[in-house]
Amino acid sequence: MENPGEVSRRQLLARIGTAAGSAVMYQAMTVLGLAADSGYRGPIKLEGDPKGAKVLILGAGIAGLVAALELRKAGYHVEVLEYNDRVGGRSWSLRGGDRYVELGGAAQRCEFDAGLYFNPGPWRIPYHHGGLLDYCRRLNVALEPFVQVNYNAYVHARDAFGGKPQRYREVVSDFHGNIAELLAKSLAQDKLDQPVSADEKQALLAALRAWGALDADYRYRAGLISSDRRGYAKDPGGGLSAEPMPSRPLAFGDLLRSGVWRRLGTDLTYEYQTTMFQPVGGMDMIPKAFGRAIGDVVRYNAKVTEIHQDDHGVTVTYVDATRGGTPRTARADWCLCTIPLSILSQIPLNVGAAMSAAIDAVPYGPGLKVGLQFRRRFWEQDEAIYGGITYTDLPIWQIGYPSTGYNSAGKGILLGAYPFWSYAFELTSLPPVERVKKAVAWGAQIHPQYQEEFENGIAVGWHRVPWSLGCFGLWSDAARREHYKNLCAIDGRIVLAGEHASYLPAWQEGALLSSLDAMTRLHQRVMAG
Amino acid sequence: MGVASRIGALVLVVASALFGEAQSAHSQSADLSFGDPYRLLQRDGEAIYRAICQGCHMPDGQGAIGAGAYPPLANDPNLEASGYPIVLVLEGRRAMPPFGRTLDDGQIAAVVNYVRTHFGNHHTDVASAADVTSLRK
Repeated sequence: MENPGEVSRRQLLARIGTAAGSAVMYQAMTVLGLAADSGYRGPIKLEGDPKGAKVLILGAGIAGLVAALELRKAGYHVEVLEYNDRVGGRSWSLRGGDRYVELGGAAQRCEFDAGLYFNPGPWRIPYHHGGLLDYCRRLNVALEPFVQVNYNAYVHARDAFGGKPQRYREVVSDFHGNIAELLAKSLAQDKLDQPVSADEKQALLAALRAWGALDADYRYRAGLISSDRRGYAKDPGGGLSAEPMPSRPLAFGDLLRSGVWRRLGTDLTYEYQTTMFQPVGGMDMIPKAFGRAIGDVVRYNAKVTEIHQDDHGVTVTYVDATRGGTPRTARADWCLCTIPLSILSQIPLNVGAAMSAAIDAVPYGPGLKVGLQFRRRFWEQDEAIYGGITYTDLPIWQIGYPSTGYNSAGKGILLGAYPFWSYAFELTSLPPVERVKKAVAWGAQIHPQYQEEFENGIAVGWHRVPWSLGCFGLWSDAARREHYKNLCAIDGRIVLAGEHASYLPAWQEGALLSSLDAMTRLHQRVMAG
Repeated sequence: MGVASRIGALVLVVASALFGEAQSAHSQSADLSFGDPYRLLQRDGEAIYRAICQGCHMPDGQGAIGAGAYPPLANDPNLEASGYPIVLVLEGRRAMPPFGRTLDDGQIAAVVNYVRTHFGNHHTDVASAADVTSLRK
C-alpha cells in the first residue's frame, strides 16, 4: 500500500504535468531514474575459429562497416558490396566540390569554402550511445561537444510577439517562473484537491522558489532575481556605470497564447541531454576511420539485384551502379545484409515468409536538410549565438548553428532547414534550388542578415536519396509487435542489420548495436556447425 | 537524424493535437502550401500530388530508379481498382510513408482520382471520401 503522502505527491506531479506541459513533468519524472543506456557492453568477443568461413556484407554504412571490422578480426573472410563510391551510407558529410545527384536527376554541386561541411544525415551523438563512442575512441575519431541547447538561441512563432524571435532563456525562465508562482499560490492557499503534509508543503514551496526564481513573496516579477535567469535589460558590468538593470518578463498570458512553450524541454529528452558530441570535421570521419581499419574489402558502385541462398551459401548478384552492364555475382557462406528495407523490399530474396513480411512492413519516414553558407558568422558576431538550435513554426522548423569554429572571422555553415513530415514532403517535392531559396527566405524572418550574407546552399531531401529512398524505418507499434523479431532472426544463411533492426531508429547507435547483435548470433551459428 | 525518429513516432499520436490550432492562421491565404507541419491543407487532387507525391513519383509520374525504385504511376495497371492506391496512401508501404493522418478521406480520394485520370491513366469511376473511410483500419 502507498501512504497518503505518496499518492498526493503523484497527483501533484500530474497537476504539474497538466499545467506546465510535458517538459516540467518530464523533469520531475527523470528524478525517478528510469534511464538506461543503449545496451552496449564493451568490445564484442567472437571466440573460436570460423575456419575460413566467408561472410558477404551488403552495405558499407555504420552497420556494414562494424561487421566488416569485427568479423574480419574474428577470422572470417569478408567482402562488402556498396552501392555508392564511398563508405558511410547515411553517415555522410558534404563539402565544397562534392557533387550530389538525387533521384529525378537534379544535380547539385556543393560550393562551400574549403574546411566547411554540412551533415545531411546524423549530426549528433548522445553521451549514452556507448557503442559508437567506443568505436570513435578505438578508431581515433576526434570528438567535440555538439551544442544541443543554447539559451541565447531563439524560439519563434509567426503569430507570437509580433513575429519577433524570443531568446530561449527568456521564454524558459518566464514559463518556469509563472508556473512556480501559480503552484506556490495554490499551495499557500491550500487549494490543491489533495492533502499535502506540512513538511512536503514547506519543501515544495522552497523548491518552487528556487526553481522558478521567485522573490521572497513567491512572486515571479521584474527584478534582479528573475534577471539572473532570463538576462538583464542592461548586464552587470565594471566601472562607474556598471550597475545592472533588470529586464521585464513576458506577460504569462502572451507566453501561453504564443505556443512557443511547445519548444521547451527538448533538452530534457534523454536523447538530447547534454553532453552530446560530433566528430571534428564532419560526421563522415567515423565511416572513414572504419574504412581505413577494414582495409581493401569494399567493392564500390555495386548495385545488388538479387540475393539467393541455398543449403551451402549465399549468392548475391550485382551490377555496376553507374554503368550497368553484365551482372556479376559474389558468393559466401553467410550474408549480413544492411540494405535499407525501402530498397531490400524490392530485391528478389529467398527468405521465409516471416522475414519477408517483416521486410515489407516498415515504411520509411521523411526528412530534409538544407545547408547554407554565409559570408560571416553573424549569429555569433551580432547575436551572441554560439552553437545550439533555434526552433520556429516556419516550415524550416529549426536553424542549427555550427558547434565548431566559434568566434572565428571566416565564413560559416548553418543548418538552414530540418523539417519532418508535411514540410519535409513539400520541400522534397520542389527542385533543390527552390528548397534552398525558400530556406533562405524563411530563415531571413529570424535572421535578417541572411539577405546580405547568404552565399550558397545545398538541399538533401531523404526520399530523393537514390540509395536510401527515405530517412529511416518508420516502425509502428503494431508492426513492431508482429514483425520486429522476425526481421532480426537469422533466416537460413542471411541476417539483417541496420537502424531498421533496432529500437533506436535513425540513430547510428541503432545500426551499430543491431550489427553487433546480428554478427554475435551469426557467429554462434557458425561455431555450432 | 535522431529527432526524426521521435517525430516520426510522435506524429502518429499527438501531432495535430499539439500543433494544429497554432498553425491554422497560416491556412487562410490562397496558397495552401506549407500550411501545417503535420497535415496537408491542399484539397485539390493535383495540388496534393504536387505537394507530396511528386517528391518520389516525380512531376511526370514516371518514378525513378536508384539502388531501389519508385514505381511509375504513368500507365499503371495497378490503378485499375481505386482500392489499391487508397490503401497504399493510407498505410504506406516499403519506401512510401503512410499518409492516413496527413490527409483526410476527401483529400485521399481527390489525389487518387487525380492520379487515376492523369499520366496516361483513364479510369472513369470516381473514388469518394466514403470509399476511403471504408478502407481505414
